[in-house]
Amino acid sequence: MWHSLVPIWTVILGLGIFIYVALDGFDLGVGILYGLVTPAQRETMMNSIGPFWDGNETWLILGSVGLLAAFPLAFAIIIPAVYFPILIMLLALVFRGVAFEFRFKQVRLRSLWDAAFCIGSMIATFAQGMVLGSFIQGFKVEGRIFAGSSFDFATPFALLTGVALMFGYALLGSGWIILKTEGPLQLWSRHAGRVCLIGVLCCIAAVSIWTPLATETIAKRWFSWPNSFILMPLPICTLLLAIYIWRSLKRDDGLQPFLSSVGLFAFSFLGIAVSLWPMIVPGHYTLWEAASPESSQAFLLVGTLVLLPVILFYTGWSYWVFRGKVREGIGYH
Amino acid sequence: MILDPLFLSRLQWVWVISWHILLPAFTVGLASYIAVLEGLAFFTGRPVWTRISAFWTRIFAVSFGMGVVSGIVMPFQMGTNWSRFSDTTANVLAPLLAYEGLTAFFLEASFLGVLLFGRKLVPPWVHFFAGLMVAAGTLFSTFWILSVNSWMQTPAGFHIAGGRFFPDDWWAVIFNPSFPYRYVHNVTAFYITTGFVVLGVGAFLLRRGRSGEEARLMIRMALNLLIILVPVQMVLGDLHGLNTRAYQPAKLAAIEGRYDTAARSPLTLFGIPDDTTGTMQYAVEIPALGSLLLTHSWDGEIKGLNSFPADQRPPMAIPFFSFRIMVGIAVLMLLVACAGQILRMRGRLDSSAWFLRLCQWTAPLGFVAVIAGWVTTEVGRQPWTVYGLLRTAKSVTPSLTGTDVAISFALYILVYLIMFPTGIAFMAGIVRRGAGEGSTEPAPIEAGLPAAPYVQQAGE
Repeated sequence: MWHSLVPIWTVILGLGIFIYVALDGFDLGVGILYGLVTPAQRETMMNSIGPFWDGNETWLILGSVGLLAAFPLAFAIIIPAVYFPILIMLLALVFRGVAFEFRFKQVRLRSLWDAAFCIGSMIATFAQGMVLGSFIQGFKVEGRIFAGSSFDFATPFALLTGVALMFGYALLGSGWIILKTEGPLQLWSRHAGRVCLIGVLCCIAAVSIWTPLATETIAKRWFSWPNSFILMPLPICTLLLAIYIWRSLKRDDGLQPFLSSVGLFAFSFLGIAVSLWPMIVPGHYTLWEAASPESSQAFLLVGTLVLLPVILFYTGWSYWVFRGKVREGIGYH
Repeated sequence: MILDPLFLSRLQWVWVISWHILLPAFTVGLASYIAVLEGLAFFTGRPVWTRISAFWTRIFAVSFGMGVVSGIVMPFQMGTNWSRFSDTTANVLAPLLAYEGLTAFFLEASFLGVLLFGRKLVPPWVHFFAGLMVAAGTLFSTFWILSVNSWMQTPAGFHIAGGRFFPDDWWAVIFNPSFPYRYVHNVTAFYITTGFVVLGVGAFLLRRGRSGEEARLMIRMALNLLIILVPVQMVLGDLHGLNTRAYQPAKLAAIEGRYDTAARSPLTLFGIPDDTTGTMQYAVEIPALGSLLLTHSWDGEIKGLNSFPADQRPPMAIPFFSFRIMVGIAVLMLLVACAGQILRMRGRLDSSAWFLRLCQWTAPLGFVAVIAGWVTTEVGRQPWTVYGLLRTAKSVTPSLTGTDVAISFALYILVYLIMFPTGIAFMAGIVRRGAGEGSTEPAPIEAGLPAAPYVQQAGE
């Protein structure tokens, strides 16, 4: 089982999930902030994510089938264990996507679809956060199957990570709005972004204290010599980056607030990876134990190495085509 | 029985996949149609092609969006409700599913933006190219998904170790015995489904006196497609049936309504199957025709369901009836396609009110046939998920209780019953506005998008 493709697939899958979080994160975040602005500003916000949300969401499919293909045992244990958060996330995403399409057509029902879009975004984000929390806490496993109950996910820790992700995505969303808009809406997003940043930092701190207290292996990983010395730069860099985000939220008109918020996600992601490595079903199976055979991983890798760069190129290109500020009150030219 | 997690999971799967498959059944054909229209617009420069293309692109955008959101649900179903199936088969099937996501979904999702929003932003040839890529993407998507499904029907190219499947030969896995038949049969079905929708919409517009030029072109294009594809589909269906006889004889017995093995088998047109006694009640039969159709010989033997062990038989009634619905619709379709051509040769196509009304009524037939065909092949595979090797009962997630699945199933029902009728009403609204001049301009192009965003010009 110790074949050499596992690290490659770990990187690809990690990258895929991270891209999903960064991209769908900002459009979900825009959805979370959506309920707090004026109707005219809502149009601008919608237009700012319009060409992108569809493509962003497809990364979720890549993440799920990538996990199934590269680490099927992890998929077969984790997904049943978070039966309800996944269900709620999917239904919220469906609702949100539908609301996106229909609000423009059914003007009579627009306020209803607006509410569906906003609430759908919040619920989907919260559910994703709970999936993350349950995953970090680990599951009850017997042999190759999840042996707990479908309601095991509902823990205080999962609630915390759910809230954390809502603040996090809203931060990404405000960074995106700063990038894509001007005037009062941009100014508003600067304030909203700072509120979210404070929220995110509180949650990161809480998670960072909670996990080592709850799990001995995580405590050992971070607080034993020389690990604590080697890992020291991670929390320090996170703190420095937070200060940088705070300042860029105040004055930058371009990419800085958004990109640096993505950086904050990257550091948090790394932190979780450090805590759990090399487990993919925490407490039970390592990446190698859960991996599919080399033949399966190799077969998919060939195509992935060709197609993934192409996909990244397209994604970048479509962002380039629709670059620039979205103006309030101006529709199609 | 009511709160059995296995039974409820199966119902939930039927519910989410049946709604989902309606969208590919339509968008696969529509994407190719739009690519043809874009090509005509590009090479002839006639604005009417652009108008028709823009009209169908608006509808495509909505159905594709619904396809994406209902499609995201599907891979997760395999984890939430069918985790044993996933653990057992993933080594073989998951790479194919992943390829579907990689090659097709992303091609579609990325070029789709250009197709929908880019008409004024990119040069015409890029727009045409984007249309081609979206069409290719839908066909690739179908390729991989049907390869997975076909492998579950006729598994090949693997070995079993520790209770799980391991791949030996990817070529044999992908091009497993039933895949080529299933693929062409399905793609043709999707094209025909779209053809009937285009025909019906064209007829509707013509009867309402709207967008006459566009409507006449739509009707003619659709009829030309259908007069070729409907007969071709009947031949393909026959070939697919022969393949089923070779590899899944129990399914074939259920389709044919045969409980007893016999040479010179009659063709059962109708009857009421009774699985408990193993007999067909009230059978209406044509002698020996069954053997002729299936073995292409009067004396060919057809195995009956009773010759299989009781725990390896599919239920007969569902495949038996759904197959007859599918074939009945095919006959009806052939009549419509022929009638259209005859009227056209006599020059009475556009003035024949009864025919235009008929076209409107037959517009949804393709969807019914697609669902009926799927029900036939999937129920006919029972009691297996991987034919002959993995039982459906052993595929379900062990940790689920009946209550869990009852809750999730109820929520899926609720959300889909809001989403799909709204989407259909929404597309009907686009149809009502017509495809003529003036219908395209105020409501530009939309992919879940309103007015496309204002894009800052270079140097501004």
